[in-house]
Amino acid sequence: MNTINKIGENNMKSVTIQLETLTCPSCVQKIEVALKGLEGVDKESVKVMFNASKAKAYFDDDKVSVEQLEESIAKMGYEVKNSKVKSV
Amino acid sequence: MQRFILKSKNQITLLSAILIATAYISKWAAGNTEVFTLALIVASVIGALPIAIQAYQALRVKVVSIDLLVTIAVISAFLIQNYEESAIVTFLFLFGAYLEQRTLNQTRSAIKELTEMAPESAFKQMENGEFVEVDVDDVDEGDLLLVKTGAKVPVDGTVIFGDGHINEASITGESLPVGKEKDSKVFAGTILENGTLQIVADRVGEDTTFGRIIELVEEAQDSKSQTERFVDRFSKYYTPVVLFLAFVVWLFTKDVELAITILVLGCPGALVIGVPVSNVAGIGNGARSGVLLKGSEVITDFSRVDTMVFDKTGTLTVGNPSVSETIYYSADSAEVLGYMASIERESDHPLAKAILEEIGEVEFSVVESTEVVKGGGIVANVNEHRVAVGNVALMEREKVYLSDEVKADIDRFMNCGNSLVLTSVDGELKVLMGVRDQIRKGVKENLRKLKKLGVKNLVMLSGDNQGTVDVVSRELGLTEAHGNMLPEDKSAYIKKIQSEGHIVAFIGDGVNDSPSLALADIGIAMGSGTDVAIETSDVVLMNSDFSRLPHALGLTKSISRNMKQNVTIAVGVVLVLFAGLLLSEWVSMSVGMLVHELSILVVIINGMRLLGFRLRK
Repeated sequence: MNTINKIGENNMKSVTIQLETLTCPSCVQKIEVALKGLEGVDKESVKVMFNASKAKAYFDDDKVSVEQLEESIAKMGYEVKNSKVKSV
Repeated sequence: MQRFILKSKNQITLLSAILIATAYISKWAAGNTEVFTLALIVASVIGALPIAIQAYQALRVKVVSIDLLVTIAVISAFLIQNYEESAIVTFLFLFGAYLEQRTLNQTRSAIKELTEMAPESAFKQMENGEFVEVDVDDVDEGDLLLVKTGAKVPVDGTVIFGDGHINEASITGESLPVGKEKDSKVFAGTILENGTLQIVADRVGEDTTFGRIIELVEEAQDSKSQTERFVDRFSKYYTPVVLFLAFVVWLFTKDVELAITILVLGCPGALVIGVPVSNVAGIGNGARSGVLLKGSEVITDFSRVDTMVFDKTGTLTVGNPSVSETIYYSADSAEVLGYMASIERESDHPLAKAILEEIGEVEFSVVESTEVVKGGGIVANVNEHRVAVGNVALMEREKVYLSDEVKADIDRFMNCGNSLVLTSVDGELKVLMGVRDQIRKGVKENLRKLKKLGVKNLVMLSGDNQGTVDVVSRELGLTEAHGNMLPEDKSAYIKKIQSEGHIVAFIGDGVNDSPSLALADIGIAMGSGTDVAIETSDVVLMNSDFSRLPHALGLTKSISRNMKQNVTIAVGVVLVLFAGLLLSEWVSMSVGMLVHELSILVVIINGMRLLGFRLRK
């Protein structure tokens, strides 16, 4: 049923974004929602880790860029330290 | 602009503190109420800015956050011209957040230490043959790397040139350096203490053993237990409910002050942070002391374990048997030992290895027409003598006469938990050897500690014969011990006691016991950071250190106690505040905020105690 996803899968990448130290658990919620709201991000895969202060997600490189992911987090008011992208 | 304000939160907090101080000094010292009011107004506005921005950002993604409660409360206080309250509440909230960040970093420090051991750069051979320093992320599998003395090994790899000694403490917990030469495996994150190595990268980045350990610990500290998920769900609806409640109160009483006090009192601060804090501090303590706990679910289950099932070989015992006693029945022992060694060196049986080690250097003879008797031993011709090496059954088959004296010796050996190796030459018994697997050092003491921590049943399962098993069991004071068990028997046994209502931990080597490890409520692998051990188990004891086991159990018990304390503190504080609001006069908005921030600090500091947890003697 997910034909669009299937095609996209060839360009699926995983990203681990290191954030500034997160202090409130509700920050996690905010960042999660922000990332999930982006077109091309696999919603199921979005995981924000409170203690590690990291966000992990799979995304389709054709539809959305790492910079856009970073920007959406920055807009929430959280500093992005660095991102590591890996092809899946 | 928004970002700038959020970034200068600390400066804003400081400024707000100065303004509030100025206000009160001018009021009390100079009786100047104008400066007083003006300073408080400015403090309220600049203090509320970052909070309001955060609240707005959260609202945009449809999250009703604590910031929103505080923002509404502050704005309302401001509108009814209670500048004292609005200024003090914003300051307390900001200052609280600052302290939270500082103390939270403390609780996370143990795990940070671990991740900071990750290698950052590597010397990689370029096309022109020279080694150039590159970022570790730029190393691919198959690259040729140079590791110099004192440097960290950047990847998991194989030595192709050079030799040296490596400290593998970061992987195995063992601090004695290990010698490495051509074809040795080396691990990322370990340190080359001397020598120079050229290695080829086998696994890089997160795929290395070290990378996997870090990932495991990071995932573990953020994994959520059932209670935590409940608290999460709870706080998601809790904040909107508080908002609604305050609104209803205002609607009926028209008392703005009361309504906004409810808003502040309802902040669930300590509740949402209490559990994660215990978690991260506890897992951090474990990581630092060689115990990897895979998440908070594991912590809850492990703390409730009442039955521990041990694999024998390699877990309770050393795992390589050695000869404990020898009796010679003839004078030509040197010759016989030579025959034995000649036969045994062709075998790969563990007992044969033990015997060869015991005999040491001898003259080997030619062995002919070797016959391996299954479940018995070996029969062969050596120097035209017929030599049989094996157990009692083999001697009977060979029709070797066993005198009463010999039979008494055999009984004595067996009672001490020995496996027997008898040797006959031309049908006459020459030597009796008892081979025994030694009990690991300190196991008895550690088992006693486990019992003290509340483990009711200590069970041993083994593939060895029941006699050997019984002896070890008696020596260690176990509750139960079963021998002659195949891996599937072991998992069947675990299923059985689980159905009797026990919470079971299984401790094994992680290689051939994976079904049992997976089946038990808690699987504990004694692997030295091997892949299988990390993969299949819930708890990994680094360096196979048995003495870590009581520490691990005590730690999980402490963590789960700590979580309960924190939830109690958080809920208790809210209850006390509301009771105070209803029954007395002393609860105002700023008192409520102060108590809340204090309770947050209390739960964080309470969680921090876990960093220093050590098992009492």
